[in-house]
Amino acid sequence: MSCSLFHLAEAEDDRVFEMSDYQGPVARWCSGCGDHSVLTSVQRILTDSQAKPESTVFVSGIGCSSRFPHYLTTYGFHGIHGRALTLATGVKLSRPELDVWVVMGDGDCVSIGAGHWIHAVRYNVDMVALMLDNNIYGLTKKQTSPTTPQGYKSNTQPYGSYLPAMNPLEATLGVTNASFVAQTAEWLPAHLFATLKAAHEHRGFAWVRILQRCPHFTADMYGDVVKDPSRVEMLVHDDGITVPALDKIIEHRVTHDPKDIHRARELAEESEQIRLGLFYRDESRPRYEQTRSLPHHTADEKMAIMQQEFDRYAV
Amino acid sequence: MAIKLDTVGSAEDAGQGRVAPRILETRDHSVEIVSDSGEGAQKCGQIFGSVSAKMGNGVWTVEIIPAEVEPPPRSLAGASGIRIRLGDRPVTNWGDETDLVVAFNEQVLLGRHRLNSLKQGATIVLENMWASHPDEAVRNQWQAAMEELTEAGYHIIGVPMEDLCLTVVDNARKGKNMFALGLLCWIFDRDVDKAKEQIEHAFRKKSQAVVDKNHELLDLGYEWASQNLGFRVQVPTMEAERDMVVMNGNEAIALGAVAAGMELAAMYPITPATSVSHHLGEIFERFGGVLHQAEDEIAAAGVAIGASYAGRCAFTITSGPGLALKTEFLGLAVMTEIPLVLVDVQRGGPSTGLPTKVEQSDLLAAMFGQPGDAPKIILAPATIEECFHSMITARRLAEIFRTVVVVLSDANLATGVAPFHRPELLPEWQGGPPDQSAVPNDGRPYDWDERTGLSDRFIPGRPGGMHTVTGLAHDERSKVAYDSAINERSSAMRSRKLAAFSSTLLPPPVYGDPEGDLLVVGWGSTKGAIEEAVDRVREEGLNVSSLHLTFLSPLPPGLKEIFSRFRKVMTVEINYSDKPGEPFVNEQNRRRGQLSFVLRGTTLVDVDCWTRVLGEPLRPSAIVKAIKENLPEGTAGEES
Repeated sequence: MSCSLFHLAEAEDDRVFEMSDYQGPVARWCSGCGDHSVLTSVQRILTDSQAKPESTVFVSGIGCSSRFPHYLTTYGFHGIHGRALTLATGVKLSRPELDVWVVMGDGDCVSIGAGHWIHAVRYNVDMVALMLDNNIYGLTKKQTSPTTPQGYKSNTQPYGSYLPAMNPLEATLGVTNASFVAQTAEWLPAHLFATLKAAHEHRGFAWVRILQRCPHFTADMYGDVVKDPSRVEMLVHDDGITVPALDKIIEHRVTHDPKDIHRARELAEESEQIRLGLFYRDESRPRYEQTRSLPHHTADEKMAIMQQEFDRYAV
Repeated sequence: MAIKLDTVGSAEDAGQGRVAPRILETRDHSVEIVSDSGEGAQKCGQIFGSVSAKMGNGVWTVEIIPAEVEPPPRSLAGASGIRIRLGDRPVTNWGDETDLVVAFNEQVLLGRHRLNSLKQGATIVLENMWASHPDEAVRNQWQAAMEELTEAGYHIIGVPMEDLCLTVVDNARKGKNMFALGLLCWIFDRDVDKAKEQIEHAFRKKSQAVVDKNHELLDLGYEWASQNLGFRVQVPTMEAERDMVVMNGNEAIALGAVAAGMELAAMYPITPATSVSHHLGEIFERFGGVLHQAEDEIAAAGVAIGASYAGRCAFTITSGPGLALKTEFLGLAVMTEIPLVLVDVQRGGPSTGLPTKVEQSDLLAAMFGQPGDAPKIILAPATIEECFHSMITARRLAEIFRTVVVVLSDANLATGVAPFHRPELLPEWQGGPPDQSAVPNDGRPYDWDERTGLSDRFIPGRPGGMHTVTGLAHDERSKVAYDSAINERSSAMRSRKLAAFSSTLLPPPVYGDPEGDLLVVGWGSTKGAIEEAVDRVREEGLNVSSLHLTFLSPLPPGLKEIFSRFRKVMTVEINYSDKPGEPFVNEQNRRRGQLSFVLRGTTLVDVDCWTRVLGEPLRPSAIVKAIKENLPEGTAGEES
């Protein structure tokens, strides 16, 4: 079975894709949900890159955000809670030519699927992994998530969340072989778009945390930050994510070379200001699917090798 | 009490020169080699088994594996070793008790004795260095053990293995196994050149010097036996009519996976399934296959399902606890109709249970483990040869029926070694390339055929086939169902596939007469032992037959009709059941063997069961006893 057969369909393709070619049914998220703006950004990026819908796969877990693939006209795999990264790893390992995106919520990525998150960072399989982090379980109606701020009330912790919120950026940057770590926010669509675009262009595992509000359960979460741009600090660098449109709006800026892992880890620590931008990027990191890329053989070739194997067991 | 050991150059031999050894002719002989972990008894037995198979004996070997990697030396529970059963015809199971034992210390030997593994009057060839060990505690242990073993009536022959091996190697612990192989080669008149070839193969990753030392130890053991032992054993051999191969069940699964054209195996280490991945790790890349050791059992299932979704043939390998962890993913594969082969090499349970020991306790978990209705195909190889072929069957079924196929092997098959006919490999087993053609207009990803429930898959890359598969209830277009009728219909379509598949199966053949007093029903690795037991009781004139099921889900047709021709039907299984007459146990609340539970529900026949969970394969003699005790009332020849 030859791998090249997978490319037959790509021969002489002069199709031009419009944004509408990637759109699916109208999304059933609540109005005001940040997921809508992520979906729009993604559809723009697919259009800009003229991604072939049939060669693009969106894998998701469970939760509001994981309905994402249903609202696209690409291949999609709406899996089970916390396990999207494992499915996506299987897809990319076996079909490296496919463009793979993973969409997870905070529960998916850093709670029930935390083990897979850590290992996916290390595998560094070429895909975009989006963590749509609204700091709460929305679909199941307001339960505390690992990223819920300490003291924030929910239905499972009605007197306020007991522990300090997990910092997924710090954890991701601490994993060996991390190759792309960025943070953006749904209320800054230009930054969101630029970040997702950079993630898509990255060769390796591009992990992006998207700060979001849930209009029902955490509408107040980033209220002050949304109203007051001085609460945001942008990481800027020639090799980073540049968003000229925000130059005048966000005055706090820190120059950060995304090659500097130590500085990235410092910047990821909790601070007065919410830091957005590219924390770390290293395309030289080994990618698991490349280390496992093996030649394909015809059935007859395999039969010949099989005979040799059986010779070893011959009586 | 003075311990008298048969020796070693007795006065009689020394004075008068060598007398011709007594030759025991037998059609069936079992040998055990037992040692502390790390002394290589298993390697000795594997080579002995291979040479015996090459010479034309029927062979079945089963490993004796302690739970720890290195249990305390000289301990009762630490016995590490192997049993080899030789026959003048194909051997299908490990048999009853052992006729001949080579033991490296008396404590592991005592452990085997206390497990009732040794035949009354068995011959024991025993390292005797412990009798004169400098540590008094060891000498006392030896003394006590000898008293117990002598009392039991064994024929014990002391051998100075340590001293002899030290003439060749510095560390006798690393040499006794090949010395023992030399002993066995003489006792059974094995071809020494073939044994040397096998040694070369076994130590192929080591230096020539290591091979040479092992050859020397083999010769030493052979020579010593020829000078000192007064008996030999002769098991007639068969002419092989076809080429044979010899391997264990896990190797057969690995080769079967490759022959089936599998392209990705995802697993997480778990006993006793792991060695499948060891064999794959060695050979899979030559075929372009990927062995993925995942971060956990769940991820292994996810990666396999992801690969299969993307059009590659993938499988996952596990054991009981791993099956439990993969449960949610199995439901997803069933719901999304993504082909998946799952190999479960069963061990004792529940929970961590008996990691290295055999049980057939995962049938119901495989069948009903998922919340909701998750119909899937379950098949159980009964022999090592079937381990190979079951992978080819499983792949075909998974793809045709777009569902999960569970292959239930077990620890007995995993480590058992037996020769079988070399398969004639067919290129079509490899399957064709994934379909990348454009999907016709208005194609639907679940275009269920109303009669069979079958539909074609749209894998990524097919233009026009874009859709999102989902674990949520969905319609033919894979759209999330907000209508309860869709859930009813899609459930029916997934279930219909099993009914359709069942209609293609033939009623299983009855072993023995098609009617009689008792029908013994089994599944999986117990086939050889059950049929041997049936042979024995039929020779005694009992009207007993057996039936072995390969497909457990769906069941093959015709079972009720077959059962109706027997006065009683009883399953024999290695899983737990309440015994009649136990406190509080009655006909209504009795918890029965797993296959029995299934057969009662599907056939409405009063299927009884006889099951044991002793952590070892069933012995034919135990099944014979069970048959006699469970004959229906009024049976001719019934024991009172």
